[in-house]
Amino acid sequence: MADRMITVYLMGKEYQVPDSLTIMGALEYAGYELVRGCGCRNGFCGACATIYRVKGSTSLKMCLACSTKVEENMYVATLPYFPLVKQVYDIETIRPDERIMMQLYPEIYSCIGCNACTKACPQGINVMQYIAYAQRGEYKKCAEESFDCVMCGICSARCPAGISHPQVALLARRLNGKYIAPEARHLTERVDEIENGAFDAMIEGIMLKPLSEIKELYNHRDIEQ
Amino acid sequence: MYSEEMLQSIRRVEAARAANMVSEPRRMTAAEKEALLKEFHPDYRDTGFGVLRAGISAGDKVPTELLELLEGRSRVAGLDLDLNSPDYDVDVLVIGGGGAGSSAAIEAHEAGASVMMVTKLRLGDANTMMAEGGIQAADKANDSPAQHYLDAFGGGHYAAVPELLKKLVMDGPGAIRWLNGLGVEFDKDDDGAMVTTHGGGTSRKRMHAAADYSGAEIMRTLRDEVWNRQIPVVDFTAAIELLLDKNGHAAGAVLLNMETGEHKIARAKTVVLATGGAGRLHYQGFPTSNHYGATADGLALGYRAGVPLLYADTLQYHPTGAAFPLQIYGALVTEKVRSMGAMLVNARGEAFMHPLETRDVSAASIIRECRERGNGVETPEGSAVWLDTPMIDMLHGEGMLEKRLPGMLRMFLKYDIDMRKVPILVYPTLHYQNGGLRIDARGETAVKGLFVAGEAVGGIHGRNRLMGNSLLDIIVFGRTAGKSAASDSRGVELAEPSLEHVRKYMDELAAAGVRSEVESPKLLPHYANKRP
Repeated sequence: MADRMITVYLMGKEYQVPDSLTIMGALEYAGYELVRGCGCRNGFCGACATIYRVKGSTSLKMCLACSTKVEENMYVATLPYFPLVKQVYDIETIRPDERIMMQLYPEIYSCIGCNACTKACPQGINVMQYIAYAQRGEYKKCAEESFDCVMCGICSARCPAGISHPQVALLARRLNGKYIAPEARHLTERVDEIENGAFDAMIEGIMLKPLSEIKELYNHRDIEQ
Repeated sequence: MYSEEMLQSIRRVEAARAANMVSEPRRMTAAEKEALLKEFHPDYRDTGFGVLRAGISAGDKVPTELLELLEGRSRVAGLDLDLNSPDYDVDVLVIGGGGAGSSAAIEAHEAGASVMMVTKLRLGDANTMMAEGGIQAADKANDSPAQHYLDAFGGGHYAAVPELLKKLVMDGPGAIRWLNGLGVEFDKDDDGAMVTTHGGGTSRKRMHAAADYSGAEIMRTLRDEVWNRQIPVVDFTAAIELLLDKNGHAAGAVLLNMETGEHKIARAKTVVLATGGAGRLHYQGFPTSNHYGATADGLALGYRAGVPLLYADTLQYHPTGAAFPLQIYGALVTEKVRSMGAMLVNARGEAFMHPLETRDVSAASIIRECRERGNGVETPEGSAVWLDTPMIDMLHGEGMLEKRLPGMLRMFLKYDIDMRKVPILVYPTLHYQNGGLRIDARGETAVKGLFVAGEAVGGIHGRNRLMGNSLLDIIVFGRTAGKSAASDSRGVELAEPSLEHVRKYMDELAAAGVRSEVESPKLLPHYANKRP
């Protein structure tokens, strides 16, 4: 599987790179020592938002540089930072009502429905839909629709209404996680039991055993099916 | 996408699938595991390690690449720094912007201290963000912290520091409740009960998850909380040396702006070191599942300041790194894939081991299958085995893989591999630094006022870590370090700050005949002009 060398334009400058590389790999192959625009290198952190256009095409495409392969005649510009608006709030005092979105992110009501956010999302999230859920105060749905967001900011870079979609979604997810999803009662009870010392004797009983006995216990412990 | 040879092997895997699914390969005995590890685990190779020649742990065996940094040249050497005119002056300085650092900063802030975070990349650029599978805690009726202790102690070869492991398991349920209270969305049943599964080496189903974005969900929530509290975060700024005062008490750090090269001095009454792991040092030539910044910086800083290392020679090779295609070589394929029933299958279609052995045993078993038994599938990067992912939907119903493993599905779909329909190729990848700096149950080190949390700590897990105990440890020990650092900062009267400890250590190196031009800490790997 020998590599073919292809032409790419990194920040507009021409380079020859192997066609098996990702855009991030191509930047490094060309000699960039990355500080900005590089994080987990595997599609989870959103550090490497990137814009490209292939010669001859008028359409601008958006992607994550770490998980997109180079193409012949690709013009690449990285977007290592985007000024999202992050509003400050106290998670303990806010409530999952419609008002909170109106207070913190009123610009979501200026959405013109162009769907540029959804078309640009490298995670394939229906961004415009989750903004619609946020507008209506349907935070559980907003949380579910936006769950795979890596907060790269590409959606916001394309938005004519100036919405900071990832921050809206994060607020909805925190509201959902804390207030809307039902409480795990077994968790609350277990924390109380531990605080009341219910497990102190049991754990010390194991810790104080001679190593040979601990090994016996470990090697013959029953495993839940 | 797959080659003709791979497709032929897939046909054998498919032919054996129904029979494999109803079989349960026997778990290995203690003696079998020991023999396997000695023969095939990278930690047990003679090459790849060296012996420290200076400092408090002189004589300890450490990986060659780490040794080079521990014995490297300080980045403050030759600099003219005015330590008495600090650019920042706070109660608690947190170095590192991952899950441990963020937890520490939040708790220190909650306790009323003035806190500042420094991180060499962005806040949240950390291995925490990449943890997929889940977080353990004994919160179900059939489980207990003692059972969790037993699983982790045995899985770590009985080498964990008991007081640290006890803290981990006893504070586990509290850590989950704290995260849930911040708004972390754990997978729950309709009645609120946590959806929990097994991980390798667990005897109870206590793995909590947020699909396969568990770490990302925790990290983005903690980051948002740091921002909500308006804790100052100095990003793209690395700590390149700790400051101690004349009495040997932690006193801050020398900082380096990663973009401009400018140096700054941060003065602090207590310091939390939460710099993470070392995967980007590529021990023994392995690929890694780790973050770009995982270069063991904190180990170099802490060691020079006089903190002993513990188990720095033990690394975790995650059994299932992606082995194909090349673009994701070494990337993590979460253990949750096996928790949900996918089996490890060789080129001949044989399920050659129980899929939920501990990570060190699983990795060694895969290496044996490829190297000794010749049962691997050839890929451009070497030999690999199948992880038979179509089993998941066959076991749990169509749609379950997409629901519980959306990140994995997306990662492979980008390269036209639909893991719901075809198996994927895996091989061990460098994943976790089991060892690190020694702490006590308050998170404090041998240096007064210096705390360590997260992957930079050694001893919590012993010589091997179970899945889901790392996300737990960054929260438990991050919070603990933050609380301790805040409370200890009260009443601290710092004497004059100094880099005397660095000079002393360098003298000791010179006396041992070590002359190095390797800059340490490393800060970032060097990939420019190279093929990945």
